[in-house]
Amino acid sequence: MANDNPSGGSSKRSRLMGIFWSLLFLAVPVLGVAVFIVAPWYDIWLPKDVSEHGKAIDGLFMFILALTGVVFIATEVLLFWFLWKYDAASATGPAKYIHGSHAVEVIWTIIPAATLLFLAIYQMNTWADVKMRRPAMTPSVEVVGRQFEWRLRYPGRDGTLGTPDDLFLVNDLHVPADEDFLVQLKSMDVLHSFFIPNLRIKQDAVPGMKIPVWFKATENGEYDIVCAELCGWGHYKMKGRVTVESRADFERWLEKMYSRQEATQPEPLSAAEGAAVALTQ
Amino acid sequence: MSTATASTTLSPDRVGQSLPPARKARPVSEFLSTYVFSKDHKVIGLQFLFSTLLWFLVGGLLALAVRWQVAWPWSDVPVLGKLFAQQGGQMAPEFYTMLFTMHATVMIFLVIIPILAGAFGNFLIPLMIGADDMAFPTLNMLSYWFMWPAFFAFGASFFVEGGAASSGWTSYPPLSTNVASSPGAGMGQTLWLVGLTLVGVSSMLGSVNYMTTIILMRAPGMTMFRLPMTIWAMFITAILQAFALPVLTAAGFMQLTDRTLGTGFFSPEGNIVNNAMQATGGGQPLLWQHLFWFYSHPAVYIMILPAMGMVSDIMTTFARKPLFGYRPMVYSIAGIAGLGFIVWGHHMFISGMNPALGITFMVSTMMIALPSAVKTFNWLGTIWGGRIQFTTAMLFALSFVSMFIIGGLSGIFMAATPVDIFIHDTYFIVAHFHYVLFAGTAMGVWAGIYYWFPKMFGRTMNEFWGKVHFFLTFIFLNGTFFTMHILGAVGFPRRLADAYHYETFHHLQPLNAFMTYCAMGMVATQIIFAINFFWSMFNGPVAGRNPWNANTLEWTAPSPPGHGNFDFQPVVYRGPYEYSVPGVEKDHLMQTDPPNAAEAAAAAAAHG
Repeated sequence: MANDNPSGGSSKRSRLMGIFWSLLFLAVPVLGVAVFIVAPWYDIWLPKDVSEHGKAIDGLFMFILALTGVVFIATEVLLFWFLWKYDAASATGPAKYIHGSHAVEVIWTIIPAATLLFLAIYQMNTWADVKMRRPAMTPSVEVVGRQFEWRLRYPGRDGTLGTPDDLFLVNDLHVPADEDFLVQLKSMDVLHSFFIPNLRIKQDAVPGMKIPVWFKATENGEYDIVCAELCGWGHYKMKGRVTVESRADFERWLEKMYSRQEATQPEPLSAAEGAAVALTQ
Repeated sequence: MSTATASTTLSPDRVGQSLPPARKARPVSEFLSTYVFSKDHKVIGLQFLFSTLLWFLVGGLLALAVRWQVAWPWSDVPVLGKLFAQQGGQMAPEFYTMLFTMHATVMIFLVIIPILAGAFGNFLIPLMIGADDMAFPTLNMLSYWFMWPAFFAFGASFFVEGGAASSGWTSYPPLSTNVASSPGAGMGQTLWLVGLTLVGVSSMLGSVNYMTTIILMRAPGMTMFRLPMTIWAMFITAILQAFALPVLTAAGFMQLTDRTLGTGFFSPEGNIVNNAMQATGGGQPLLWQHLFWFYSHPAVYIMILPAMGMVSDIMTTFARKPLFGYRPMVYSIAGIAGLGFIVWGHHMFISGMNPALGITFMVSTMMIALPSAVKTFNWLGTIWGGRIQFTTAMLFALSFVSMFIIGGLSGIFMAATPVDIFIHDTYFIVAHFHYVLFAGTAMGVWAGIYYWFPKMFGRTMNEFWGKVHFFLTFIFLNGTFFTMHILGAVGFPRRLADAYHYETFHHLQPLNAFMTYCAMGMVATQIIFAINFFWSMFNGPVAGRNPWNANTLEWTAPSPPGHGNFDFQPVVYRGPYEYSVPGVEKDHLMQTDPPNAAEAAAAAAAHG
């Protein structure tokens, strides 16, 4: 309001308010940085990475975090300092009469431009590794998104997808450790996104497209498969599990699953069941 | 109200007449034409303001419902619970998908875009360029009245069979095109598309009007480079609207025909949803994403540039200092707008789009951070060496800068394609766009309301309660949104009705509960704002023409301005930011103040 005008006399109270507001803006970088320091202590941070390429992604994340962190702290502290120092209630004399500075504009255009360009170029190799340099191999598994499950199809004993000995499973992906693993990702109905947080893998599944996804898992264990693209009311429960295990365990598991599949080949449908199936389609 | 002298018709030859036309007969039609179907830009601006604030409340309550489910999934919902009696008071997961879809839809299409362009654009453009009204008053009136049918289309969709649209505000096919794919993909989705088209018509009518008005109706002496930043931002925003919006409208129609006429633009061959085979196919789901983001990415700038302009003006006024780098500020807005057309693919890095193209979009996206950085540095330069007055409007404007730094920097993470693989569609992006759109734009909007309120209603808002409103909003918004970055770092996905059954995310519920408490506090705080707003409208201290000692043209008009705005012909002699000119008696030189010798000497000294 106009009566906050410094010409009306810089009262102590309005200086106190200036200090209060300046400190509020200082709280932004202080608490902002604090949150990023405290959160990892409570294990609220990047989930454990168990992939080969994940190191590079996490490294880039931390690199950008450090770089933006410095800019964040510098600009926010500068903002605080200017508010503190140039409070009309305490600063004396008139404001600086200045419309800008060509030199300064050039500096703060060129430095960020170079930084950003570097940042973009610095990302490219990792991106190419994860999404463009596909290993020369046949798909290890076909993953088909479907409301609301992940349908898996292993090539079976002959190593070729689309043959009668294929192994069909749902939501239970097994992966041999320390080997390139190539997923052929498809969707039967709507968009889904094949997201394995611990493997730093995310790829949308698009109906009508076959999209290759590859990774090398480095640590045995069981991890979540999450759907990360809205796919309908049951999106939240489109959950799978991925088990990373040794080659020998993986082979044993494949064999077990395959013999179980053979043992439970469905009997021919009865007439009533056939009619029921026909109705639902 | 500002329109005591409004007449039933508006024609340029009536402008400047000091006497209102004789009031007689037909009071009903006069009431309608003055307050309802008014063609006065100020009335239309206020209509937009009141409506969008109302819808802001709707969108905020939808957000609370979303937050409730995220914090305490499957628990009984307070108040709303009665609606879910058949589910035992819990929210059904399909209803949750409708909630976040409609929260985003309402906030983006009914609040942010129309409050900036519709409310502030309408109210301020003629006043700040020294015109008596918009170039096309009838189009202007229509642009407002297209909003209500849109609101009713969105609102009605909650009550049709299957419920409201539930495929997200991005409405990706086939979820949105295949009727069998979700409950809301029926009539609700069709109504959503109808509403979207109506909003688009409204925006288009507005943008044509703003461009024409700014180009053709500036007061004598008001050159383009004497325009206040608010007007530059509105001008460039209008250009963005005009060039990007037709693409969305066309895409919306294509989706509508996919759904109703059996075309196959976006549905692939052999698509089976929910055991139902789609009748047609041969389309491409990714085509929609390209078309949608070709509009909706520029729309992100439509949603922030006007706020940037307003904040620039408010900061100079309360720093009593010229804007630092006026031309770089203008060029950076133009740069953001230009680059804004070639970055849409960064929404699609993991969509299945060719990864090589992802690299191209990464470079253009990184570069769009540059003009934003330049703007931030210039804002800091503006308050450097100023004499800062901590008014409510100034506090909101400063918080815009402080929060925009966070929103701008967090964007770099998503621009980096490899990092985006992990954080795409997690709460990291939710944090990012809420920092830009809520902590940025909405704070800018509040700054604008506190700042121009005296011009709108002739009275000033209460400063004490304004500052309480600011303080609480600032605390709660950071409590709600800053923590989202951390959730995103864990990979916590957005749009999940319940993520805690995942091993990776099960420990995040307490953090989400904290955020929901903050969100409740944030919404509750707005009660203070609402009371202050309406109380001050009638009881606030009467403001003169220029309560803030600001320079721009609107402060030369009466508060509130009558029909035709100015009671004299404004002539402009200088740029909008001549504060604290050495040797000049008062600390501001209005754009209309006649030139004086001291000023010329100061300018010569300042520019060497």
